Amino acid sequence: MSDEKIIEIQNLNKQFKEIKAVDNLSLNVYKGDVFGFLGPNGAGKSTTIRLLLSLVKPTDGIIKLFGNSLREKRIEILKKIGAIVEKPDFYGYMTAYKNLEILGKISGSNISKVRIMEMLELVGLNKRYNSKVKTFSHGMKQRLGLAQALLHDPELIILDEPTTGLDPQGMKEIRDLILYLSKEKKKTIFLSSHILYEVELVANRMVIINKGHTKVEGNVSDLLNSNKLKVTFEVNEIELAKSIINETTWLQKLDSSVGNKMIFLLDSDEIPFLNKLFVENNILVSSVIPTRSLEEYFLNITETDSK
Amino acid sequence: MIGLVKIELYKIFRKWRSYIGFLAIVVLVTIIQVAMHIEGQRSINFMTHNLQQSFLLVGNLLNGYLVSHLILNSLVIHIPFLITLVAGDLLAGEATSGTYRMLITRPVSRFNIVTSKFIAGIIYTCMIILFLAVFSLGLGLSFFGSGDLLVVQNGTIIVFSKSDILWRFLLAYSFSSLAMIVVASLAFLFSSLVENAIGPIISTMTIIIIFMIISGLDISIFSDIKPYLFTNYMNGWRLFFDDPINVREIIKDSLVLLVHIFVFFGSTAIIFQKKDILS
Repeated sequence: MSDEKIIEIQNLNKQFKEIKAVDNLSLNVYKGDVFGFLGPNGAGKSTTIRLLLSLVKPTDGIIKLFGNSLREKRIEILKKIGAIVEKPDFYGYMTAYKNLEILGKISGSNISKVRIMEMLELVGLNKRYNSKVKTFSHGMKQRLGLAQALLHDPELIILDEPTTGLDPQGMKEIRDLILYLSKEKKKTIFLSSHILYEVELVANRMVIINKGHTKVEGNVSDLLNSNKLKVTFEVNEIELAKSIINETTWLQKLDSSVGNKMIFLLDSDEIPFLNKLFVENNILVSSVIPTRSLEEYFLNITETDSK
Repeated sequence: MIGLVKIELYKIFRKWRSYIGFLAIVVLVTIIQVAMHIEGQRSINFMTHNLQQSFLLVGNLLNGYLVSHLILNSLVIHIPFLITLVAGDLLAGEATSGTYRMLITRPVSRFNIVTSKFIAGIIYTCMIILFLAVFSLGLGLSFFGSGDLLVVQNGTIIVFSKSDILWRFLLAYSFSSLAMIVVASLAFLFSSLVENAIGPIISTMTIIIIFMIISGLDISIFSDIKPYLFTNYMNGWRLFFDDPINVREIIKDSLVLLVHIFVFFGSTAIIFQKKDILS
């Protein structure tokens, strides 16, 4: 990824009367990033996105996009951005095609009919181009939202919970589309989501925010690998297994045991050695299940903040 | 800007509520004209009772011009409601439908958005008045025929010859448009403050009704505030049916209405520029 900053937020604050929605938030998104923007409900994700798109005004702080101040170069900046903010809403009394045509015209871009149909085809709505949007399901509106975000071929795509309301197949298609846009079209993508594995699957960098401020920011792989895996060993002789573990240093890594399951906090390269220990002591291991750490990681970080 | 205005007009005319005004005018004008056809001659006789004792009245007094003048008298009170139906929805409607987000994240200034909507609202308002004029006069003249216009102004009966009428109607309807644009501007201002179109419609109508009641009451404590109520100037179209026409009064009334439009729109533009879009 490039060193060129596409989004630069410094000490951003947004106060709504008594509520501080964004609290001294700072983050950087670089050209070519698929940037995961994570946080629990009410963490300030949508407010941050609204700030990035100038839907709301910051109380203070700096927002720069493409190296320019959003306050000073709003129109030039918005020409390079495509976005979905929360649920995509359209003019229900117009067709999908007309909605895109109008949004293109408002943007001042000369969007051709061919381009509109290409975008509708990309999101699988080309056969419904002439249907009124009020007849669309939530998932179809979500797809149309993506089409409008991509219509003017933006450099930066901001997606706020883009898979909300989609079925598993639809979610996969959106993820594939994000990867396609990133890898093939070299777009920078700012992806807000509360579906953690979604971020894990597509993002290269991420930030976790809670109560409006950054908890952690970095490469997804670095952040996840820095954490222990929670590994569940299912054994046939639980009492024997416990007595063996009690006599070794593995005891320090034992998190809990329930029924015939023992849960350890391990680095991935420790798993075969513990398994070997059980087998050498004639304990049959019927399953070894490492659980993904992002969920735990996310919960740990956000719960710490709540306490 | 022209492109944005065209889009806003397209949006207005894609909504069924925008046609309520036209439909209401068709129904009301038709009802009044039918009623005048049945009862009109008796009304004329009543109006001219004293006059008939001293003068011989000849010709077609119950004509299209008279009926249109009566319609203008009565409907100019009801037209504001039809205008606010659309003007109150111009901004609040985007908030209700959630399309503000889509609109304001486009590379266009908020001032251009709000101005284009306002211009579209003005065009709609003028179209309503134009439709009222054409339908009322057209139906009236074809139904009752032409003739001299008999008008009661401040207790005095004035008769205009038929060659001296059309331009008065033209200017009266133009002035009415200006008055209705004030109504549209007020509804537009309220529309920028809320996220539901019902609020601006009710608020605007409430203000108009209260102001009209105060304007109509002949109580001394209200006499000082009456000059500050814009509703006081909305009936200025009647001045075009005076003889001679009080040009100074018409200019004054027009300027007062224009200032109101400017203040209401200016306030809307400032509010909209600073508004946090949370819908």
